This record gives sequence, C-alpha cells and structure tokens, in this order.
Amino acid sequence: MPTDYASPRDLKQDLLLTKAASRNRRLATLAGQGILFALTSTSAVAVLFIFYFIMKDAVPFFALSGLGEFLTSTAWYPSGDPPQFGALAMFVGTALVTSGAIIVAVPLGVVAAVCLSDVLPFSARQAVKPVIEILAAIPSVAYGFFALVVFAPALQAQGGRLLSTATWLVGAPVAALGVMVISDMLTRGATGRRRVSIRLAAGVVLGMSALWLLQAVAARLGQVEIASGTNALNASLILGIMALPTIVSVSEDALQAAGRELREASYALGATRAETLVKVIIPAAAGGILAAVILGVMRAVGETMVVWMAAGNAAQIPHPFYNLLEPVRTLTATIAGDMGEADHVTGSARYHVLFAMAFCLLAFSFVCNLVTEWIVRRTRRKLTG
Amino acid sequence: MRKAITTGALALAIGLAGPAAAQETLTLDGSTTVGPIAKAFAEYYMQQHPDVNITVSESGSGNGAKSLINGTCDVADMSRFMKDTEFKAAVDKGILPVAHVVAMDGIAVIVHRSNPVADLSMEKLRDIYLGGITNWRELGGPNKTIVVISRDTNSGTYETFEGLVMKGEKMAGHVEYVNSNGMARARVQNTDGAIAYVGLGFADRTVKALTVDGIAPNRATVASGRYPIARPLFMFTNGYPKLGGTVHAFVTLHLSRKGQEIVEAIGFVPVTDY
Repeated sequence: MPTDYASPRDLKQDLLLTKAASRNRRLATLAGQGILFALTSTSAVAVLFIFYFIMKDAVPFFALSGLGEFLTSTAWYPSGDPPQFGALAMFVGTALVTSGAIIVAVPLGVVAAVCLSDVLPFSARQAVKPVIEILAAIPSVAYGFFALVVFAPALQAQGGRLLSTATWLVGAPVAALGVMVISDMLTRGATGRRRVSIRLAAGVVLGMSALWLLQAVAARLGQVEIASGTNALNASLILGIMALPTIVSVSEDALQAAGRELREASYALGATRAETLVKVIIPAAAGGILAAVILGVMRAVGETMVVWMAAGNAAQIPHPFYNLLEPVRTLTATIAGDMGEADHVTGSARYHVLFAMAFCLLAFSFVCNLVTEWIVRRTRRKLTG
Repeated sequence: MRKAITTGALALAIGLAGPAAAQETLTLDGSTTVGPIAKAFAEYYMQQHPDVNITVSESGSGNGAKSLINGTCDVADMSRFMKDTEFKAAVDKGILPVAHVVAMDGIAVIVHRSNPVADLSMEKLRDIYLGGITNWRELGGPNKTIVVISRDTNSGTYETFEGLVMKGEKMAGHVEYVNSNGMARARVQNTDGAIAYVGLGFADRTVKALTVDGIAPNRATVASGRYPIARPLFMFTNGYPKLGGTVHAFVTLHLSRKGQEIVEAIGFVPVTDY
C-alpha cells in the first residue's frame, strides 16, 4: 500500500510558506543581491573616483595657465622662473613611441595569433602560448634595465649594422610576398603557357627591383650613426615586445571565436587552408583583432618605467618629427619624473600640470576603451545576426 | 595555580616588551646625494647605540623637504637649501627648519674615457647645455655629436648645476634626463660622445672627470672653494634639536673625528677639515 506518499493536503502544507517565512526569504534574497551588487560596483566606483580626483587637480592648471601654452609650446621648464609648461613635445613623443611600438607589435602579434590558432598543431600551441604570456609577467623595470644597459650601448656601437640587418629581415619577406601578389595580379587575364611566362618575367623584374631597393635602403641605413642609444627607437622596440602578449592573446581568442562551423563550411566549398584563413577567418575576426590592437596601443601609451629609462627624456620634437633615432620624452615619464618636486603642500601650476597630463592620458584610454567596446559589440551582432 | 602562571607570563611579557617599546626611532628622508652620508652615519650611530633605530629613505631633496613639512621625518637630507616656498609652507605648518651643513660636495663634469677633451671653461660648459656647441670637434675633440645628459629637474644636483653653471638660462631641448647619479655615470660609461654631471663621489675611474676653468674637482679644491661647481650638503631639522638628544647627536656627528672620516670615505669633503 502506498502509505508513504503524502496526501495532497500534506503537500500543500509543505510547499506553502507562512507569511513571515516568505518575507524573510525575500529579504535574504534582496540582501544577498545587494551585497553582491555593492562588491561589483566597487570597481566601477573606483574608476569614477579616479576620474573625479584627477579632474579635481587638473582643472586648476587650465584655470591658471589656460590651454594655449600647454598644447602648442615645446618649452618645458617647470622649474624655471617664470615656469613654462609647453607639453607639445611630450604629446609628440608619446605618439611617436606608440606608433613605433604598433609597427613592431601589430604585424608580429597578429601573425603569431593566426599561427597559434589555425596553423600550429594543438600540442605546439599548448606549449607556445604560455611562453608568450610570460612576456606579460616580466616586470617593466627589467625591460627598462635591458634597454638601458644592453640595448642602448648596442645601438650606439653597432647602430648602422643593426638597422640594415633589420631592414633585410623585415623587408625580404614583405618584398617576396608583394612580388608574388603583384605578378599574380598582372597575369590575371592571361591563360596557359603565356600566363606562366608573363608571370616569370614579372616576378624576375619585380624581384630584381625589390632587391635593388632593399639593398639601397639597407646601405643607406648602414651608414647611420646613432649618437645616443636611449631614443624613441629603443623605447618603441621594447614597448612593442611588451604589447605583444596582449595582442596575441586577444586576437587569438577572437580567431577561435570565429568558430568551427565557418572553417568547416569554407573547407566544404573547396577552399584551401590559406584561402580559408585570409578570406573567411581573418575577416570574421577582424573586429576582435582590432580590439586587440587597441588594447596593445593602450598598454604602450600607459607604460612608464621603460620609456623613462629607454627614451632619453629630452623634451623636444625630433627633426624631422618621425625621426625615431632621437631621444624623446613621453607624458607618462614626465609625470613619474616630475612628481617628487611638484608637491601640493608647496602647491603650484607645476603640480597641477602633471594632473592635466594624466587627464589627457585617461581621456585617451577612455575613448580607446569605448571604441573597442563598440567594435566588439558590432562584430558580435554581425556574426550572430 | 593556572591564574598564577598567567600572571607570571603577563609580567614576563611586559618585562620583555618594556625595552622594545623604549627603543627610539629616527627617520631620515631626502636627497640621493646626502643619502650615502646619512646611511653611513646611521650605521655607525646604531652600532654605538643599539637602542636607537634609524631609517634612511632617498627620495630626492624636494621629497625630503616635503616629509619634514608633513612631519613624517625627523631629519630632511637636502643637497640644496630650502626654497622660499618650502620654507613658507613649513612655517605655516608650525615647522621651523634649521640647516646643518654636514659636508661639501663638488659636482664633477664627466665624459667618456676615450674623449681627448680635458678642460672646459664655465662658458663652454654652459654653451654645451644651452645647445650652442653640439659637436666635440668644436672643442678640439673628435667629430662626434655631443650627447648631453642632465639629472632630472627633481634632483638637488640639477638645481645646483642650474644655479652655478646655467645661471638661470634654460637647457636646450635635446638634453636627455636621467634620474640618478648612478644612471648618469652608466650612460657616460657606454656612450662615446656623452657628457654629464654627477656628485664628486660618483666620478670614479670608469669615466673621465674634466677640469673646469683649469681646476680639477678634488677634495682640496672643493673644500677651499676654488673649484667652481661646489655646494654644501644639508640636513634640516625642525628647530635646533634638544641638546643631548638623539637628533642632536646625529646631526653633529659630522663634527667628530669619526664623522669626518665617514664623510671622506664616501667621496665627499668634510666641512671641518679646511
């Protein structure tokens, strides 16, 4: 006999809570949600506070000295009498060093990400990715020390040779790829035997001229003598290496997120792996890769210790402005270097100008973050919708 | 019984804690140039008085003044005199800074060891930092660009150099800045065309110290005031320290025989031994 089963009346009694118990439960849920919400919003509130306090100390500078000199002058003499606060050279220095870092890190990082996600076998990827991520764990002062003690003297002693070697290393693969693509495009119309010969002729002509060009550039750079090894090039290279792990990691995630279905569909249509990569996967992951690049840029813009040690800290705009071989000064290095003397106890424009710079950096990274967010969201919608 | 043991343990604990709580601490902060003197003094003093604990921070003359004004240190090490703004801020906060000159420091102008140039006049030196002279050829040296290196504007060494050599004129834009004497020396060690200025104690055999106006930077010329780029080094206290107290003993250590030996041993010039 099924006497163990509760009668409908018993069930009803167990399920229905008393009014007090039900209220307590609702309160407990609310309290739990409230605590979790408070904990989560702590970080958001911290960001707001940072914004507020930097604004609070930056605004007096603009009130004291205005925007004119800050943005248009290169005369940076904070301890002069009267002091001059021209930060244009620092803006240019930051832009120059960051651009250099992008040129180093973006091609390397994206190629490495593609290689990790779609070319290397799984086991190799398991081994290589942690190694790349270790780059992010090395303290920046160690990079700075390397830049100052090893790399700067090497640039001074062997500058020309290093530059021409780098030209060959970077230029040769790019030139080879370019020659292949261009000769392919030239022969698009032709067919059969004619196509092969045209292609060969174009390849030889283009290859020879590319070689000649590379040789000329390398020889020219080989003559260069670098007077000071702590310059924009040094800082750019080191910053590029430091931005690599961010770019590799995030791009690789984006490439993975493109999904197995896309790849299989592409293979099913008869595409080769190269075609799948270039025409399907990379376009699908373009948004994520761009986001990775922006994150890498932010890493390079915000880095302080390396640029303070490796960039030379000369408050000047190089001649010409893209000359990476001259020392430059960045916003972050200026803030770190001038903080000690500029105290709010003895308070002055010299203190507030540093916050004005910090505010510019913060605004820049805020905009970068918004753009990244927007790109990622748009890509996600495109992929799913 | 148990209660007795507890009481005994408590008494013992208080007995042990007694001398530990009585241990006196002295906090010093400030110039990286004066720092080595302060550290050597502290080491010697703590050896003599094991019940005193002295901590020395090196965060720059400006930060030393700031710490004294904020009351976070007992003695501020400074390689320059207090500025009027700092003095005013201190007095406003009820701190009355008193200067003790503990040693003299010469600022040596250093170049790479391979550089044949041996002497610079004050005018030529200023012209290099103003950007008027940019190649060693103009000074009788090799055809090499001059890499001009300065300490950062945060350092007392910079302010002394600016006051004694630049005489208020502004350094050129291409001047590079480094944030310690050691880093300035390191850059000169491995850069052929470099010129920099460092405290006398940092001008060792790995670099070449130039004579200025024909006078070599050494103890005799600095102490007698003949070498043109020299300055006194200060320790600042809040008011004159209580006679016989630890602070008093510490800031008068440089007047003793041992204090002079310490100052001399780390490459500075004692004030009492003219």
